[in-house]
Amino acid sequence: MSNTVDNDKRRFLTTAASVVVGGAGAAAVAVPFVASMLPSAKAQAAGAPVDVDISKLELGQLMTIEWRGKPVWIYRRTAETVTNLTSQNASLKDPESTVTKQQPDYCVNESRSIREELMVLVGVCTHLGCSPTHRPELAPEDLGPEWKGGFFCPCHGSRFDLAGRVFQGVPAPINLEVPPYHFLGDNRIVIGEDTQGAA
Amino acid sequence: MFSSLMGWVDARFPASKLWKEHLSEYYTPKNFNFWYYFGSLALLVLVLQIVTGIFLTMNYKPDTALAFASVEYIMRDVEWGWLIRYLHSTGASAFFVVIYLHMFRGLMYGSYKQPRELVWIFGMLVYLALMAEAFMGYLLPWGQMSYWGAQVIISLFGALPIIGEGLSLWIRGDYVIADATLNRFFAFHVIAVPLVLIGLVVAHIIALHEVGSNNPDGVEIKKYKDDKGIPLDGIPFHPYYSVKDIVGVIVFLFIFSLVLFYAPEMGGWFLEKDNFVPADPLKTPEHIAPLWYFAPFYAILRAVPDKLMGVLTMGAAIVFLFLLPWLDRSPVKSIRYRGPYFVWALTLFVISFIGLAYLGTQGITDIKTILSRIFTIIYFAFFILMPFYSKLDKDKPVPERVTFK
Repeated sequence: MSNTVDNDKRRFLTTAASVVVGGAGAAAVAVPFVASMLPSAKAQAAGAPVDVDISKLELGQLMTIEWRGKPVWIYRRTAETVTNLTSQNASLKDPESTVTKQQPDYCVNESRSIREELMVLVGVCTHLGCSPTHRPELAPEDLGPEWKGGFFCPCHGSRFDLAGRVFQGVPAPINLEVPPYHFLGDNRIVIGEDTQGAA
Repeated sequence: MFSSLMGWVDARFPASKLWKEHLSEYYTPKNFNFWYYFGSLALLVLVLQIVTGIFLTMNYKPDTALAFASVEYIMRDVEWGWLIRYLHSTGASAFFVVIYLHMFRGLMYGSYKQPRELVWIFGMLVYLALMAEAFMGYLLPWGQMSYWGAQVIISLFGALPIIGEGLSLWIRGDYVIADATLNRFFAFHVIAVPLVLIGLVVAHIIALHEVGSNNPDGVEIKKYKDDKGIPLDGIPFHPYYSVKDIVGVIVFLFIFSLVLFYAPEMGGWFLEKDNFVPADPLKTPEHIAPLWYFAPFYAILRAVPDKLMGVLTMGAAIVFLFLLPWLDRSPVKSIRYRGPYFVWALTLFVISFIGLAYLGTQGITDIKTILSRIFTIIYFAFFILMPFYSKLDKDKPVPERVTFK
């Protein structure tokens, strides 16, 4: 056995041990501070379902209600709008609604809704969170001759059809979100809860 | 009497030593020109923002139900409140004006190059902190642009894969921009970021005074010293440049006052019209645009037709600025002696930056999107091609000492 001391190794081990132990301590102290910035219990509890009366919603009319601080659109489609929905599938990014988290299972269909004449969408652009503008007119000057009505995001120019499906060539990556909802009779709709209970 | 008092202090705190090192015996090149005003002006605006900010916090309420009204209260009912508030809002834009000119000076005269790489890095960190400060400050009035601007910027973090959504939730402290967000932005804006900012400014100046100031000729004055070790082309900062800078301050305050008293909103460029409408989470304004100083980066974001790539490209636009000292391979610092490639590259870069700033504030049309893409490519080409054109450039001979008439 050698009686020489490896000072470099000693120095390395003391430094390494101090860094590891000190680092663990610093990380442990950081936890409460970092966690304090997460949504509080109060913020988590907010977000009860919203009960909406849609008896006064006319054909082709859009209403905006607030659910969990976000705009939710309810729109009554005309028969023509419903037939038009599939006509633009070729220029959509995801016409079949394959991104599962963007709509409940019962809305994976051509109109992305329970009743094809009633559109329900969270009005928040999937790009950077602006609220797109409802543009129902046909072929307006700024949106081009192909426009058959839909939603246009003023922030970065993303385009969605009247089922919230995103067009190709725009910055938004996926379709608008359909919230969980269900009907209570013909003219009442509950946003934020499906028949299985709250989301 | 005074000297014995200073002797007492100096034995306990290096007051005279600091004064000499940083002012009366800090030797500065004698050939500074117009472009060297903006460093001291930036310091002036920093002090202005801190002082006016302190007085604004005395009446402002960081609460979504009260914030908008408290700003109007400052504007209408607080004695001189309008002046303090407009000083602060005009000061924010003035800060970026002088910082951008200060950075442009650095680009022109190669002030980022060896041995001043850390001066440049600290300066860039100041710029980053300033952007954070301006962004969070803009949420506080709780107007429409405050709300939707913050919504867009925080959503940028959500574009990152895996951690994105959790990160933006953590930043907001709620599922939407809410009271928690406003309250924490207030905390960051009035204490956390300013502390960091001041620390970085101190580091920036210490690093500068360690290596010495660059000058419009880009030659090192420390190369030729007299027998006392004083650079032959150096003059003490105080009184020579402290007096010169006061002239700059007076001219600056002339222009600043014109804006402050006659056009504090600057036609929507310094305070946007939509921000005089209280925040409405259900409705995005028809035309949403960032303030002018963020507009170039916003235009780059919009130019890329993909969410994640857009965010990464925008981030890269800042990161490349940090890398400048290592991208530039020319031994020559100042644009006076650099070859035509660099002169052209810098000209195109400035045009693209201003072009992007304009496009970032405009609505989207096809032609504007194409222009944004062209300018974005030029912006990045300036950096990516720099190792090549700076190396191949036909630089002119650099004089041994500064030129001065």
